[in-house]
Amino acid sequence: MKRLNGIRLPHKKRAEDKPIKPIPLPALVRIPMLMHAGTPCTPAVRKGETVTVGQCIGMSGNKNSVPIHASVSGRVSAIEEYRTVSGETVPCIEIRPDDEQILCESCVPPVLETRDDLIAAAKASGCVGFSGAGDLTFRKLDAVKNPKMLIVNGAECEQYLSADNRLMIETPEDAVGGIELIMKLLKIKEARIGIQIDKPLAIQKMNEACADKKGITVCLLPPVYPQGAEKVLVYHTCGVVIPADQTAADQDILVLNVSTCAFLYQYAQTGIPLVERVVTVDGDAVDKPCNLRVPIGTPVKDLLEYAACHIERVRTLLCGGPMMGTVLDTEEASVVRQQNGLTALRRTKGNIRESACIRCGRCMKACPMNLMPMELNDAYQRKDPAALQAGHVALCMDCGCCSYVCPAHRQLAEKNQLAKLLLQKE
Amino acid sequence: MKHSTETVSPYIRGRSSVQGIMFCVLAALLPAVLTGWMSFGFQALMLLGITVGTAILAELFCRAIFRKRQTVHDLSAAVTGLLLGLTLPPDFPLWKAAVGSIFAIVCVKPLFGGIGKNFANPAATAKILLMVLFMDDMTVWRLPQSGTVVTQTPLTGEFATYWDLFLGNTAGNLGETSVLCILLGALFLWLTGTASPIAPLSCLGSFTLLTALGGYDVPAQLFSGGLMLGACFMTADYTTTPVTRSGKCIFGLGCGVLTFLIRHFGGYPEGITFAIVIMNLLTPWIEKMTKPHPFGIEDEPKPAKQKRKKRAKAA
Repeated sequence: MKRLNGIRLPHKKRAEDKPIKPIPLPALVRIPMLMHAGTPCTPAVRKGETVTVGQCIGMSGNKNSVPIHASVSGRVSAIEEYRTVSGETVPCIEIRPDDEQILCESCVPPVLETRDDLIAAAKASGCVGFSGAGDLTFRKLDAVKNPKMLIVNGAECEQYLSADNRLMIETPEDAVGGIELIMKLLKIKEARIGIQIDKPLAIQKMNEACADKKGITVCLLPPVYPQGAEKVLVYHTCGVVIPADQTAADQDILVLNVSTCAFLYQYAQTGIPLVERVVTVDGDAVDKPCNLRVPIGTPVKDLLEYAACHIERVRTLLCGGPMMGTVLDTEEASVVRQQNGLTALRRTKGNIRESACIRCGRCMKACPMNLMPMELNDAYQRKDPAALQAGHVALCMDCGCCSYVCPAHRQLAEKNQLAKLLLQKE
Repeated sequence: MKHSTETVSPYIRGRSSVQGIMFCVLAALLPAVLTGWMSFGFQALMLLGITVGTAILAELFCRAIFRKRQTVHDLSAAVTGLLLGLTLPPDFPLWKAAVGSIFAIVCVKPLFGGIGKNFANPAATAKILLMVLFMDDMTVWRLPQSGTVVTQTPLTGEFATYWDLFLGNTAGNLGETSVLCILLGALFLWLTGTASPIAPLSCLGSFTLLTALGGYDVPAQLFSGGLMLGACFMTADYTTTPVTRSGKCIFGLGCGVLTFLIRHFGGYPEGITFAIVIMNLLTPWIEKMTKPHPFGIEDEPKPAKQKRKKRAKAA
């Protein structure tokens, strides 16, 4: 089997041997009403009300949404407008914690006996994909009608990030438990966990955890970026080529992040919805990289302070890793459900200077989808939708490999994103 | 905190740069330059200095006239000048070399849009111009040690041993005499990943095969003339050769076959330069034929055939 293209990023996962630590309770949490790919929720509490951990504070009638829960117990001090990472303005509930962390009475372990139970539980828990995109887990579970295989994403190929890695090292039984639960309820015979070979400890722990489990195997992935992208992951773990206009669900394959599986297991045990998550704080502006267990809605400023980051040195602050993360306008932004990392860099992209393409073909050799980024770039420059379509720009998954390798420092991946928008408008 | 204006990922970049790549090519040509100097003395260095210098000045001048951002710092003009100089006889008149260098830069590069836009290899094109204009000067060489002037290279006349040819103890163009030094440089480029060995190897391979089949003296043919320098450095040029792997292979094959044909059936003793420029012209077509297959895209039925079928049905 031929390996898909990719690039080798310098290994900068400085937090990979730092155990997950809980962060001290923040003085204030701000929980936006949109932390998933879908419709925003409307606040279900009013200013001045007291809330408890796990209490539902945001709901939406739309089926494209999951409820949002309070991550701390305390008093709602304000409900104001908030601009999310994706640019939408949504209400945001501000809670001042009372430091008691009283658990809501509604947090009882769910009854999980059938497929529908699992889907309902995934919805009620507010579960979203843990790896950054924030897709709704219950929709993913629902989309695969006759799942043949569960593929678990433990690749975590982004630079700096190590939250999934630490989870697999510290609580492999949670991850495997979640996988077993999903396999049992969705009647899946086989599960494969993809882990990059540069995480030997995680591979060892996961292998030990699933040694006596039937049908679960650990697949080794090359230490090449990107591996976590759905099509790449599926191809490298089970060799299935997903056609251009389809997703893994169309091939009866369910792809979930390893942290998502672990969370579903925890939820099945305790009934506490998604109110906290592990975030890696790293980047070249951070002195003490770390993995933190953070209540959802904690200002990222608190995380940066904990990680000994000099805020005045930060030029680019990212939700996620440097290859696919999205920029945060301000350090007042909150940690959201789908945020797997917080990267603080000392450089901006402003000083990248483009020069002419020398046709070296490195972008083409780096593209996992075998596209020709330099030609797509030309086509976008000409605003030529036919050429963009002929070059299959829709296959581009914004991994950024082409921009990374380009010796002329051309903004190839960036232009591809704009090109896809151009095609949508047509 | 200052805010980043660019809000689209990725936010980090690799270390490669155009300048770095060109610097590697210059470094790879260094052994050939050194043998040229050792064999032919100061005159050789003068010639290289003139070709490189005029190439750089011509580029500066052109970009200034076209009011474009200066691109001299990317070192591509220096590479063109050096490559041209290495393919000239050591005693070639300096002003004529300057003419070649200026032609290479002005007519082949900026007029088509500068670096990355030229359709043919500037050094090879300039060499052809000089061959056509100054045929007499292009065919006078001298032996490295004795300084005896000869008008025949090993390609057309007598030579000492294969070993002399390999090491460079022979008459010939400035940087083309020592196969060993050229190969050292090429190996450096291949190992550092700067250039792909596909086109050079397929060029040398196809040439060797044809020469053997034709019953010619294989090592003598392979080690003499401009074949080695052209194959190692000009067929691996980025801009003027196909970007795809199979395209590079076809390009190399074409160069090898054409060189063989020109050497044995053409009017000129040396064929690699012509072969490269001819294949350069075919590059867009080769590239179109060998486009990579995007992931998860099935073979599209060819529209022309479909039309024919439809017509047949209609009829």
